[in-house]
Amino acid sequence: MALPEVKQSATEARLSALTLPEGGCLKAARHAALSRVQTMGLPSRRDEYWKYTKPDTLVQAEASKAAVFETGEAPMFDGFDRLKVVFVDGVFDAEASDDLSLEGISIERIADICEKDIHWAKDLYGVLEARGQTPVERPLAALNTAFATDGVVIHVTGTPSKPVNLVYRHADEKSDAILHHVIKVDSGASATILENGPAAARFNKCMEIDVADGGALHLVRAQGRDHERRAATHLFARLGSESVFKSFTLTVNGVLTRNEAVVELTGDDAVAHIAGACVGDGDFHHDDTVFITHDAVNCESRQVFKKVLRNGATGVFQGKILVKEGAQKTDGYQISQSLLLDDDSQFLAKPELEIYADDVACSHGSTSGAIDEEGLFYLRSRGVPKAEATDLMTLAFLAEAVDEIEDAEVAAAIIGRLEGWLARRH
Amino acid sequence: MLEIKNLHVKLEDEEKQILKGVDLKVEAGKVHAIMGPNGSGKSTLSYVLSGRDGYEVTEGSAELEGEDILELEPEERAAAGMFLAFQYPVEIPGVGNMTFLRTAVNAQRKARGEEELSASDFLKEVRAKAKTLKIDAEMLKRPVNVGFSGGEKKRNEILQMAMLEPKLCILDETDSGLDVDAMKLVADGVNALRDEGRGFLVITHYQRLLDHIKPDVVHILANGRIVKTGGPELALEVENNGYAGILAEEA
Ligand SMILES: Nc1ncnc2c1ncn2[C@@H]1O[C@H](COP(=O)(O)OP(=O)(O)OP(=O)(O)O)[C@@H](O)[C@H]1O
Ligand SMILES: [Mg+2]
Repeated sequence: MALPEVKQSATEARLSALTLPEGGCLKAARHAALSRVQTMGLPSRRDEYWKYTKPDTLVQAEASKAAVFETGEAPMFDGFDRLKVVFVDGVFDAEASDDLSLEGISIERIADICEKDIHWAKDLYGVLEARGQTPVERPLAALNTAFATDGVVIHVTGTPSKPVNLVYRHADEKSDAILHHVIKVDSGASATILENGPAAARFNKCMEIDVADGGALHLVRAQGRDHERRAATHLFARLGSESVFKSFTLTVNGVLTRNEAVVELTGDDAVAHIAGACVGDGDFHHDDTVFITHDAVNCESRQVFKKVLRNGATGVFQGKILVKEGAQKTDGYQISQSLLLDDDSQFLAKPELEIYADDVACSHGSTSGAIDEEGLFYLRSRGVPKAEATDLMTLAFLAEAVDEIEDAEVAAAIIGRLEGWLARRH
Repeated sequence: MLEIKNLHVKLEDEEKQILKGVDLKVEAGKVHAIMGPNGSGKSTLSYVLSGRDGYEVTEGSAELEGEDILELEPEERAAAGMFLAFQYPVEIPGVGNMTFLRTAVNAQRKARGEEELSASDFLKEVRAKAKTLKIDAEMLKRPVNVGFSGGEKKRNEILQMAMLEPKLCILDETDSGLDVDAMKLVADGVNALRDEGRGFLVITHYQRLLDHIKPDVVHILANGRIVKTGGPELALEVENNGYAGILAEEA
């Protein structure tokens, strides 16, 4: 089927600005992804899946400029005991990074494995992304698989003593970065991945995660605090039986961010929690698009998304739980809420449930509202100034999402950032 | 301590006059009780004094230690020494009771130019005060009033009062919903705070609380006005005969 002309030409324009990296063992995957993009075409405003978020600037051939933002504060996970892997404008920086060797985990650059003919990552690179293209197309992810210029493949074989921290620095106001990571967690292995930083003027990131039976992966990322960033990220996860995958994303500022998470529970008794908290002020558009497929018995999934919006900021949530035939005893939970700090901001939500099994418990809820005046007065009547009381209530609103973070130290760091954001607005 | 003159209050959004000229003076060291039929304006009076939105003062004044409080923000009134134990304490999911209390105590200290309480001093003080009110540590960890029973909420109000050490304490039906033992605890908590420098305004429907917290003065508020003022015997009269007689006599 031919693409609509506008879509066809937009796709061609974007593709002509890119060159397909030559790559030994990933070559086939890249070519297959390219043909997926050509078939699907890149997203346009007409697409149902992009109804609430304009993809134009994510798709256009050249990235719009984004000023490099100096925050004056230390990057998010500085001071943590971690293994740091640094990318500057989407390019691995060996000098700024730590030595990549650590017991229980192996980390390699995509550029390096490309030189090899045989590598485990070949069986995952682009594979989970391709699976995630049905029933809903995600062309920007296929574009990423085809053209990613850098990234790491991480093999978790044991229980590394510290988290791996992927740090994304932004140095060039015109940078247009495409990063692709693959994470494979062996049976019984367990690791934590931290991500932070503004990354680039425009950032397209894809992460494919395969968690084997009994494995566990915790992912915590912090996007921000830069204001002009445009980012489209995809996370594709496949979970084996009794495995655990938990992801939390903090988004602070950014003119446009779309975070897609596609999770498939393929083994019995698996657990997936996808959570996010975002705070936006003014020219801020944040979109969480989540698709969780239950395809095994007795699995649990939770989606917890909270958004604080002010001065005309926009929040979007599209979240789906699909329970396939036979996925009995599914426990699916989804909540998406926004706190509107004024009348100009808006929250658009499309929660969906699609269930083909009869013995399941699924719930979803979506709300949008202002600060509770009763609570605010109660706090103020005890002497807490209005601004501080509003912050307390705002943090309380975000708490259910932040509570999804398992590590107390990480959670405290995230809360610190939220407090900072709020305090700067007094 | 507190001096209210000819206070007229209407609802902001409606043409409904609730207080129609309240005059009341609470001296330092004294306990004044306010009784009155449902809907007579008792809670409205307490809200207006503590600065809640939605009411408009159309006439009259209210001063705390000579300072006009009606122009102040709720938090400024609190810092000036005003405290209201709510008839219906508010649940605030996600805000821990301890965090809330410490923020409140330190905010007031800061507003008064005093030094903030250290975390350990604060903890020591809360624990001791909670213990006398039989509030267990588990409850302190929970979000403010969430999942608290009616009686627990009321005890939590008194704990806040004890921590904040206000100058003027308004208790709006703190006794309602309390069992006999809890009422005694609450009354003890209040009595422990009775002090020459502190005034109390105790709103209640029942004599029983006043058995424990002996009032110096009792007022009857009806239809937005104080219609009768007397000593403790006035509360007994209400208890025995209801309001009919008093209202008829004043009409
Ligand atoms: N925000 C409001 N909106 C509408 N009506 C109100 C509001 N606040 C108070 N009122 C009305 O004002 C009157 C006085 O109410 P208030 O709560 O002060 O009475 P009260 O004396 O405390 O009664 P109770 O003994 O039942 O607690 C009532 O008729 C009440 O319905
Ligand atoms: Mg009342």
